[in-house]
Amino acid sequence: MTAEVRWPRNDYSRVPFQLHHDEELYALEMERIFRGPAWSYLCLEAEIPKPGDFRTTWVGDTPVVVSRDKDAAIHAFVNRCSHRGAMIVRELRGNTNRHVCLYHRWCYSTAGELTGLPFRKGLKGEGGMPEDFDMKSVSPKKMKVESYAGMLFGTFQPERAEPLDKYLGEFGTGIIRRFLNRPIRILGYSRQLIAGNWKLYAENLRDTYHASLLHEFFVTYGVDRATQKGGVKMDQRHRHNMNHAYAATDTQEDAKAAYADTAARLDRMQLRDQKLLSFVNEFPDGMNLAAPTFFPNALLIQINNSLATRQIRPKGVGAHEVFQTVFGYADDDDAMTRHRLMSTNLVGPAGFVSMEDGEAIEVVQKATRSAPDASAIVEMGGRGPLRDLAHRVTETPIRGFWSYWAELMGVEPQGAIR
Amino acid sequence: MRVPPDTREILTALMAEYAMAIDDNRLEDWVELFDEACDYKVVTRENVEQNLPNVLMWCDNKNMLRDRVESYRHVNLYNLHHDRHVLGPLRFTANDGARWSFDISYSLFQTELEGASRLFSVGKYRVEALVEDGVGRLKSVTVVADTGLVPSLLATPI
Repeated sequence: MTAEVRWPRNDYSRVPFQLHHDEELYALEMERIFRGPAWSYLCLEAEIPKPGDFRTTWVGDTPVVVSRDKDAAIHAFVNRCSHRGAMIVRELRGNTNRHVCLYHRWCYSTAGELTGLPFRKGLKGEGGMPEDFDMKSVSPKKMKVESYAGMLFGTFQPERAEPLDKYLGEFGTGIIRRFLNRPIRILGYSRQLIAGNWKLYAENLRDTYHASLLHEFFVTYGVDRATQKGGVKMDQRHRHNMNHAYAATDTQEDAKAAYADTAARLDRMQLRDQKLLSFVNEFPDGMNLAAPTFFPNALLIQINNSLATRQIRPKGVGAHEVFQTVFGYADDDDAMTRHRLMSTNLVGPAGFVSMEDGEAIEVVQKATRSAPDASAIVEMGGRGPLRDLAHRVTETPIRGFWSYWAELMGVEPQGAIR
Repeated sequence: MRVPPDTREILTALMAEYAMAIDDNRLEDWVELFDEACDYKVVTRENVEQNLPNVLMWCDNKNMLRDRVESYRHVNLYNLHHDRHVLGPLRFTANDGARWSFDISYSLFQTELEGASRLFSVGKYRVEALVEDGVGRLKSVTVVADTGLVPSLLATPI
């Protein structure tokens, strides 16, 4: 398949709307990114702690089983029967010593190898599969899986992929170790289906400009404001990023000056129950907001004491699921678990500081369909070279995302920056 | 379980008002159906069946409900829509003095401004309510949503 993207500029400060609507590009993304050399986030090790544990997940639009074998080694393989293509594992999770396709009962090991099929030798010497049928050669496609501090990533093209720690970069590995600094406890899941292209969500996560404008709750109640100390970090290839802020590093006066439109509200509005905003400073770095993203499909997020991973699951060119795994630490007491769940009111599909994202993405998808040749403007924080910023009003990481996307897709403009 | 007809009638009317207050966008009236010491939670069946405590929304007293509504009115931005709840009959599960527990199925449709409707959420309420002097008040409502895959976003209460 050949694809053409007409980039108006080589620094990705203009992004054609076509990229959110083009079916061919979508198919190519599945092939060149999700089934290509990128490392996709699969799930957390803590979700499959015991031998035989498995979970089903999605890598792009490919259904995948993540499974621990009897020796506790972790495997990931395409959840599609070699025989006629049925989904082998239909449950979301479980524990088993083998996976059996319901259609004709073909059997797979917990490592994803085809190990047997009924009537292979026929019945009473008649029928059956040809003598030379080789089960091993038709086993489902496997991913290479690696854990970084308990966060599982997989790639379909390990021969082309960078080593995982190099892919995540110094900032990526450091921030994962920060979140997963000790055994965690899974608190549960949330799911949201947003009627917009998956890359609009990837952009949203890299756009610190919108955070305190779209999510007025942040500013009104002082959870997060652009006037706080913080900034944006990227990896060397600018494909991952982290928006972050330090708790209690601005004043009400700073905020009033910056947010003239909402200034009146800053004095007038106060939560009757302040526990929603209470923050236990539990990390040595003092950040109350940290949202590192990992190209192409993952996010770790801390808002106060709510902690989660999010996985982007593309569902066709015009929709994606945001699958969120909320966690705490195994050594949290009941009061801390309750506090984390209370903080979860801020995030997720109903979150005080996140519900707007779903709406913003959907209205972009709606309004851009008719204008594939028009472009988004991505200039806040500057044009040209990509670099880290010690301020919080920027869209630069969006340009970083597109630069790596274009590289993997083979559609970089002439003289592209990276 | 034997439930006195007037108790059943009071609680059925309470839930009818619960649904209609949301659907009429009288969220402040909806809050007033709760006792001061109350609990309102939206959870998903997926989590409940795994004994996982995660919540989509959680208010553990009436002030938190007031805060939610005030934030909708003045702070949060969300999909412009109308809600329509359709409730099933009450199935009583426990009684302790004035306190009654019951489950009740709901379907919640959303209609956007240009008139297209969709099924937004289906599930059940697990309710504890007080009936005193002929008046019903909500002590606890846990929305157990079968629809774990939230379409777009969840803003107005279920």
